[in-house]
Amino acid sequence: MDRTLGFYIVQFLTGLADASALFLVACGLSLIFGVSRIVNLAHGSFYMVGAYVAYYLIGFFSEGGCAFWAGIVLAAVVVGLIGVGIEVLLLRRLYGAPELFMLFATFGVVLIMQDLSRWLFGAEDLLGPRAPGLAGSVNIRGTLLPQYDLALILIAPLILGVLWLLLNRTRWGILVRAATEDREMSDALGVNQTRLFTSVFFLGSFLAGLGGAIQLPKGGANLLMDLNTIAEAFVVVVVGGMGSIPGAYLAAVIIGELGSFGVLVFPESTLVLMFLVMAVVLVIRPHGLLGQAGAGAHVAFRAAEAVLQPASKKLKLLGLACLVLILVMPVLVGTFQLVLLTEIALFALASMSLYFMMGPGGMVSFGHAAFFGGGAYAAALLVHYLQTPMELAVLLAPLLVGLLALIIGWFCVRLSGVYMAMLTLAFAQICWSIVFQWGEVTGGDDGLLSIWPSQWASDKIVFYYLTMILSIGGILVLRYFIFTPFGYTMRACRDSALRVDSIGINLARHQCLAFAVAGVFAGLAGGLYVFSKGSVFPDEMAIPRSFDFLFMVLLGGVETLFGPIAGAAAFTWLHDQISRTDFWQLILGCIFVLLVVAFPQGIVGSINVRWGRFFANQNH
Amino acid sequence: MTKLLEVRNLAKAFGGIQAVDNVSFELEAGQLLAMIGPNGAGKSTCFNLINGQLYPDRGGITILGQRTNGRKPRDVWKLGVGRTFQITCTFSSMTVLENVQMALLSYHKQTRSLFRKVRRLYVNESMELLELVGIAAQSRRACGVLAYGDLKRVELAVALANRPKLLLMDEPTAGMGPAERSQLMELTSAIVRTRKIGVLFTEHDMDVVFTHADRIIVLNRGELVAQGTPSQVRANVKVQEIYLGTGKTPGTAFPTS
Repeated sequence: MDRTLGFYIVQFLTGLADASALFLVACGLSLIFGVSRIVNLAHGSFYMVGAYVAYYLIGFFSEGGCAFWAGIVLAAVVVGLIGVGIEVLLLRRLYGAPELFMLFATFGVVLIMQDLSRWLFGAEDLLGPRAPGLAGSVNIRGTLLPQYDLALILIAPLILGVLWLLLNRTRWGILVRAATEDREMSDALGVNQTRLFTSVFFLGSFLAGLGGAIQLPKGGANLLMDLNTIAEAFVVVVVGGMGSIPGAYLAAVIIGELGSFGVLVFPESTLVLMFLVMAVVLVIRPHGLLGQAGAGAHVAFRAAEAVLQPASKKLKLLGLACLVLILVMPVLVGTFQLVLLTEIALFALASMSLYFMMGPGGMVSFGHAAFFGGGAYAAALLVHYLQTPMELAVLLAPLLVGLLALIIGWFCVRLSGVYMAMLTLAFAQICWSIVFQWGEVTGGDDGLLSIWPSQWASDKIVFYYLTMILSIGGILVLRYFIFTPFGYTMRACRDSALRVDSIGINLARHQCLAFAVAGVFAGLAGGLYVFSKGSVFPDEMAIPRSFDFLFMVLLGGVETLFGPIAGAAAFTWLHDQISRTDFWQLILGCIFVLLVVAFPQGIVGSINVRWGRFFANQNH
Repeated sequence: MTKLLEVRNLAKAFGGIQAVDNVSFELEAGQLLAMIGPNGAGKSTCFNLINGQLYPDRGGITILGQRTNGRKPRDVWKLGVGRTFQITCTFSSMTVLENVQMALLSYHKQTRSLFRKVRRLYVNESMELLELVGIAAQSRRACGVLAYGDLKRVELAVALANRPKLLLMDEPTAGMGPAERSQLMELTSAIVRTRKIGVLFTEHDMDVVFTHADRIIVLNRGELVAQGTPSQVRANVKVQEIYLGTGKTPGTAFPTS
């Protein structure tokens, strides 16, 4: 391609146009989070639904300039109302629940909306209609730029201005800013929180829907938009500074330009450049470009935990009974169940490693699949390209992932609470995109095939025992770590950053190491997983997989050490039951939502409340 | 006498508010120095500046001969500074014993160890510290359920774990009854005398201050108004004005209609 000045100008303007939709989603997300403290994961889904609804509305109205813009605005209103529906019917019941559970409910909504969209709108990618009057191109020094891009470039600053006026010049805006700064105080002053939350949810969802609708002529509509968008929106929010709407615009422009120019430099994955920029911004300004230090610093996921107790005799006996059962399993059940049990054990190890970070470490990760899938890909690539034997691959994979976790952790520990969680999700999405887009090396969507265990372990029963030894061993080692000085230091860092600092402990360094430890064990689980399946696909690194692990930990209950195992067993069994149906994501989403509403403490947590005394140590 | 702490022309502003303005003082080993002043005088800001939580706008802080401006709290701690907080700050998911063990693990550079269980590490040393501050009987209780006065004692035990030369105690007796207060301050004085350390503390109870402090510095609106021995400070006219008023009737803030 001939690269003239005109080419660069057009590339720049394209970047600005791409930034518009991203800005709308990100500032909607930021507004909702500011007031309700909900990280609405369904925001990307709102964006996707906005695009689809606009497509059908524009098609439904007759041709004409009016129909196009009316369709877009109406689509945004429809999405706004969907948002209100979700807030009123679901989230309002959960405002008292821990934030992590609210967040989980919104992920249930993501799954439900994904399947509903597939059912309503079809799995085909849709090409957007052209905007009437803006279907042509402008010639900029020999390079063509679609006229519609110019419209997009103007829309974002326009919305930015309107939002600024709304927040700074209206009574409603003052209430929103007051609630963002101090929700309890605004409640105490008699502001109707319910109505405020609902109206903010409407505006936020409206903006997401509008974002999806206006990019329709440019990007069309497809079913991958939801998770791609939410990850990018997280990056924009983190780079721009939480709660800052001008910051969101600035960051959206930076990300848009990176996407536009990044293709020229690194066509395999523009997301890698996004990562680099985010990394640089976080190192220089941990609170984002225009964010304020301390904004949302009080956002934590949890209250104080109980004192750690060593396992009682009864609990040890129960564990022993389980071990014996696992040992004799191959005699009792068939190959199919054995494979399922192998999978459960590996997921249990992976979710135990997530628990290690979340429970004692107090660091929630939305991106644990990066470590699990990273382990799987590390092992698969070693076997595929270097013909590494299984034994060595299973040893190297955890170490490589540990290194990856150390790098990711180094950035993530600069933030805390929900921001850290957002960052982990963004990193995981970047890892996924590298694997997904870099087809020549990783096989892309087709994955890597024929990764089988060594000869001696190829028998299903032998592999079952190998997996059990390594994963139960891993789980017990992680459990042991919790009782060591390092485990205690992690808990100290979670309990009080101030006190930790004043007794000479480097909080960031210990948290970073906790990332690495968790990464090593998740990598081990992933490495073994490849050999149990014989293949690996990008899905193992995708956001839904991260949420599977999160769900296993939450299902088991965050407060208990053996919760993750119970959670992994329950989840894998459940998944196996429903994955044969057509709309399993819908069912899974509904289960997520229902479980969050019904058991905010998780399964083992609930058992703990009822039976805890039975298993408690008698001598205390 | 060695100078443990030297503060020179310290200043810190938050936006337009000059929280600490041109404050200078010294603390020698074996001394209890009280910092007093009304609410908002800048006492806690001073503490946070010395401790490293805040970065001063101007001025210098020298602890044990080393300039510590801009050093992080954990580096200041390494010089031998212990700290207790105005609002208690302990690890609420750990027992009293474990809180002290944590400080000792850090002192012995063991926090990254993945081998031995904490249950067996530095138990005797921790119990000695708990005996010293008088809460050994509660060593197995979680800090999350402790009474406020007891938490203050835990903080003192934690602060003593690194064998500090300098102790910074921000309102060490808040939330305690009168008998408990003087008991804790007597304990602190005893530690100061036997270990030859220095203590800088703030306190609202003037009985405690004038009974136990060797020297007193008085802050008002960020400025140092007086310093000296308790009797000198007691006789100071400015201090009397700050605490007792000037005797003039204030403006008609509450007009009677």
